Amino acid sequence: MMCSLLHPGLILILAGLLIPLCKGKLRTAVVLAVPLCALAVVWNLDLTTSCSTSYLGFELQLLRLDALSLLFITVFAITVFTGSLYCCLQANSRELSAAFIYAGGAMAVVLAGDLITLFIFWELMALSSTLVLWSASNESSRRAGMRYILIHLLGGVVLMAGITAYLNQTGSIALTAMQPDSIGTVLILCGFLLNAGAPPLTAWLADAYPEASFSGMVFLSAFTTKTAVYVLMRGFPGTEILIAIGVFMIFYGIIYALLENDMRRILAYSIVNQVGFMICGIGIGTEMALNGAAAHAFTHIVYKALLLMSAGSVLYMTGKRKCTDLGGLIHSMPVTAVCGIIGALAISSFPLTSGFVSKSMITQSAVDQHILWVWLALQAASAGVFLHAGIKFPWFVFFQKDSGLRPEDPPLNMQLGMILFAFVCLFLGVFPNVLYAMLPYQVDYVPYTAAHTLTQLQLLLFSGLAFFVMLPLMKRTLTISLDFDWFYRKLIPQLVKWLEQLLSIVSQWLMPIQNKLMTVSLLQNASVSNRTLAFNLCLVMFLFVITLIYYLLV
Amino acid sequence: MKQNWFYRKSSIKKLWIGTIIVLALTVIAEFFVHLHPHFDIESYFAFHAVYGFLACIAMVLFAKLLGYLIKRKDDYYDV
Repeated sequence: MMCSLLHPGLILILAGLLIPLCKGKLRTAVVLAVPLCALAVVWNLDLTTSCSTSYLGFELQLLRLDALSLLFITVFAITVFTGSLYCCLQANSRELSAAFIYAGGAMAVVLAGDLITLFIFWELMALSSTLVLWSASNESSRRAGMRYILIHLLGGVVLMAGITAYLNQTGSIALTAMQPDSIGTVLILCGFLLNAGAPPLTAWLADAYPEASFSGMVFLSAFTTKTAVYVLMRGFPGTEILIAIGVFMIFYGIIYALLENDMRRILAYSIVNQVGFMICGIGIGTEMALNGAAAHAFTHIVYKALLLMSAGSVLYMTGKRKCTDLGGLIHSMPVTAVCGIIGALAISSFPLTSGFVSKSMITQSAVDQHILWVWLALQAASAGVFLHAGIKFPWFVFFQKDSGLRPEDPPLNMQLGMILFAFVCLFLGVFPNVLYAMLPYQVDYVPYTAAHTLTQLQLLLFSGLAFFVMLPLMKRTLTISLDFDWFYRKLIPQLVKWLEQLLSIVSQWLMPIQNKLMTVSLLQNASVSNRTLAFNLCLVMFLFVITLIYYLLV
Repeated sequence: MKQNWFYRKSSIKKLWIGTIIVLALTVIAEFFVHLHPHFDIESYFAFHAVYGFLACIAMVLFAKLLGYLIKRKDDYYDV
């Protein structure tokens, strides 16, 4: 019992269940106070606190607290708080309720000490995030949510199969560092990677998230991919294949974001890009790299939420999300624009922003390991991030051309949410030691050297120059880009259609025989549809008898 | 209505001049700051500036070419 009172994840899940019962000011108070309570509770626990229960003969460890889990719980809690502040007066109760259960599930995954507890809350996250998506209550979010849940249930099945095989092989359910050298651990790795947005099933992220409501995407961006990063750090640090997967994700994100016209889909692709940096760091696997991946997860959650709050405000005030419809909003929405630009600078790792102090650690770890190709890829990608998210998003939304739209800044609570996270981005950029003190390993790294600051400025400013030189080539068009989801959205439905056509041709061939049979049968007076039904039943029975005879004889 | 400062031809020119001065300064600063190159390739003058610029041009061109292959009208899945 004490356990559930001290478990921040369960606190949030409980609050999520109560939110639909609350109205008005009470609801606002609950959604603002509960995340702070969870944060206070977890910071007052000893770092050695653990809490377990037994289930089906297994000892489940519901709460395992150490520096790494504390870091993730902290950033999850402040994101729930800021996200709630941002939408507490606008979002519907369904969305807030689902978002709290989703965030609670994410915290419970982070605190899970074993694979079964992890799996249970992993699936709770899949279900509740789908509900967040469906809270947008329109046809496109309904369909996107259906695709989203199917992919995640598939990932869940792969993960469960992996856990079962691993348990069978080792007799242990502990979540510790593993090697992908057996079928069990490979399947577990695949299950984790699916949630991180790794290839080949990357498309679910950019397909689903932008269909959420203006505030739903803020919550969605924070938890699923980052819990995947967390469990990869726990389970597979130093697994070399993750470097290649990470680098692929980094460039996939940039290229698709460059092609995209929908402002929130640009930001969705950039989630894949940023998670790629973290996965690359986990693949490198040194203390510096893992510190970098953890720090980057922290800063990324904050600046991505900030960017999505800024984009969400534009969507909320104008109802538009395509770059071709937007432009010139800086004059009428100064707060939204300035906060969005701070987020854009942070994601680009500009000096004095949070991205600079976290991403540099991953790049530095590639230098320390003397892996030239990874370092070159990460540097090119850093320039590319500025290109696709750092400039492209603010440029097309807030500058570009005068779209004729004159929306005002959103309501005060939405502005406060953005201002709070813009402050966090700058604060961590100026005082990186606050973040470094929370990292799992001792930090021996100084981000602000003259050399590092100068080379980063060169890299970023000249990529900015490239953006404006290439601007004619970046003209936005009313298009989407095909991705892996084409296979299940277009190819398979098309194959089913062809199969139907084939069957109808076959049945037309059989029509004369059918009619002949019918004229002599007892069904002479029955209607056409009944006759067809009877004929089909006869056909099925005939095939069944043939199969039966075949099996009896062979 | 008077055109906003941002969109006037004269101010766009000013912005470009300012940008080029800042860019030049970041390169000139290399004479005064020791960069501690780790990889050999880093020791070329203005490596980060050139690399950042060329990498971005390459990515934009690649995206453009890939676009011919995978871009579809945005109601592609709705019809």
